[in-house]
Amino acid sequence: MTPSASRAAVPERSGRPAPPGRPPGRRPPRMVSALARAMPFPAGAGLARVLVERNVMAYRRLWVLLLSGFVEPVFYLFSLGIGLGALVRTVTTDSGVEVPYPVFVAPALLAASAMNGAVFDSTFNVFFKLRYARLYDSVLATPLGPRDVAVGEVTWALMRGSLYSGAFLLVAAVAGFVRSWWALLALPGAVLIGFAFASVGMWATTYMRSWVDFDYVTLVIQPLFLFSATFYPLAQYPGSVRWLVEWTPLYHGVALERALMLGDVGPGLLVHVGYLLAMGLLGVWGASRRIERLLLS
Amino acid sequence: MIEASGLVKRFGDLVAVDGIDVSVQRGEAFGFLGPNGAGKSSTMRMVGAVSPPSAGVLRLFGMDPATHGPQIRARMGVVPQRDTLDEELTVSENIRIYGRYFGLSRAETRRRATELLQFAQLTERADAKVEPLSGGMKRRLTIARSLVNDPELLLLDEPTTGLDPQARHVLWDRLFRLKRRGVTLVLTTHYMDEAEQLCDRLVVMDGGRIVAEGSPRSLIECYSTREVLELRFAEEDLTGHARAVEGIGERTEVLPDRLLVYVADGDAASSEVHRRGVQPLSSLVRRSTLEDVFLHLTGRTLVD
Ligand SMILES: Nc1ncnc2c1ncn2[C@@H]1O[C@H](COP(=O)(O)OP(=O)(O)O)[C@@H](O)[C@H]1O
Ligand SMILES: [Mg+2]
Repeated sequence: MTPSASRAAVPERSGRPAPPGRPPGRRPPRMVSALARAMPFPAGAGLARVLVERNVMAYRRLWVLLLSGFVEPVFYLFSLGIGLGALVRTVTTDSGVEVPYPVFVAPALLAASAMNGAVFDSTFNVFFKLRYARLYDSVLATPLGPRDVAVGEVTWALMRGSLYSGAFLLVAAVAGFVRSWWALLALPGAVLIGFAFASVGMWATTYMRSWVDFDYVTLVIQPLFLFSATFYPLAQYPGSVRWLVEWTPLYHGVALERALMLGDVGPGLLVHVGYLLAMGLLGVWGASRRIERLLLS
Repeated sequence: MIEASGLVKRFGDLVAVDGIDVSVQRGEAFGFLGPNGAGKSSTMRMVGAVSPPSAGVLRLFGMDPATHGPQIRARMGVVPQRDTLDEELTVSENIRIYGRYFGLSRAETRRRATELLQFAQLTERADAKVEPLSGGMKRRLTIARSLVNDPELLLLDEPTTGLDPQARHVLWDRLFRLKRRGVTLVLTTHYMDEAEQLCDRLVVMDGGRIVAEGSPRSLIECYSTREVLELRFAEEDLTGHARAVEGIGERTEVLPDRLLVYVADGDAASSEVHRRGVQPLSSLVRRSTLEDVFLHLTGRTLVD
């Protein structure tokens, strides 16, 4: 799942700006514009990529900040994998395979860090740009529309996220915690997890009034991090709790990454993919609608 | 370029713009003059195709902003009331990335950035951060940025509010140049001198409505006298003095700190005031301005 796919999900090309300084080109056919209006998705000009370009420009001088996002999950991996791993030794996964503890926990940390990175980018950073820097006010005075803003910011979060995920996978592989070539797909998997959380995170951010509201984000993220079959198999939970966990998003992310990194692949994975994809698309839809409400009123 | 009729903007129960008719032609410099809260910014945001009208008809370059927002915005430049510069980027990057938002190539944005920085007299600051710039510089950068797509129509919402007189004059000079180049200017202001300086034609707005329309000169001719005699007194309460000078001018306005007597000949009126035995602390004769027009039309001053 990449951002371009999310853009393709909303086929609207009529919004292309006419070349500046010249009279308007051919107007879009009436049917297309009627369709564009009828669509529940707020308008965009298909220019989300230039917002990504803007973020790259802003971060060129801040590349040290980029490093920090990579260090944390690696610390977790070694502290848990080696420390706890010495006590626990092996774990039997929910699909009945017995594996050493670091091998068990590494995919979960990958999924969790994809979530954390995406949420951080799409909440704190977006909140700042939305309420303080008023970046989107100036962006929306150009041909770009609210959907471009949502898609652009989510894409940027995913680009950063995949950088971290790729580095983490590499470290895990070198340390011998990866069992299968399927693990290569764990990188797109992490991007998918990022997509789901970044877009919903951005949506939630549009409702925030002050920095205090970010405590709610922690309130949601923390339990997800701890209880999504991250550190032990789902089988440890009593039935009703297990049922609940199976509905939460990070669980699907962890299950997907674990299956891929252990090479335990089957059609059942499509359920996880579908869940995360749906969540991501819903988030982009909600975020663009809210940006339209807030800034184009 | 702009055709609006019966344009309304509501925010909940509040009516910010209450049915205005406006038409702006190519090459014109058009102004909205009015005090804070008159509905100028709300109007500008509708014209900028970033705020849907609550009622009425709006056509920009002949297009409907509800369906052709991106195409319309591609041909306009916008200077919002509050600077929305990108403080994470440098001065030159601000212009370049803005060009990219309009779909220009990187090479083209670089070329225009050089040119526009020169126009805005910011070439030396090209690689500086935005944050430490002075208010006037930030404003000039915002204007430079708004020109990156070579707009046919430039919208300026209170372009010089909050700037010192010198910075304002520098800005006015830049806007004059744009006007000479044939860029259509639409600006809002609550400074009557700004309106007089820059606008060929303007509307006076109050409480969401247009109360008068015309060129600065015709408005003054229509709604005011040629000269104004300003009288200041030692006393707090001016009503007694107002009664004493009654009939000298066409009209007398009582402001908190002075009396304004509207007359054709100020010096003659001044002599008449003295003849009646009224002794002001100071008396001053000046020409009528748009401020007087506004006062006449609404009974209030523009800037308080
Ligand atoms: N987004 C908004 N939500 C609610 N009220 C608004 C909004 N924008 C402007 N207003 C109100 O509309 C009125 C006109 O405001 P504005 O258009 O900003 O006037 P001006 O620019 O002439 O000062 C004011 O009473 C203002 O409080
Ligand atoms: Mg205003």
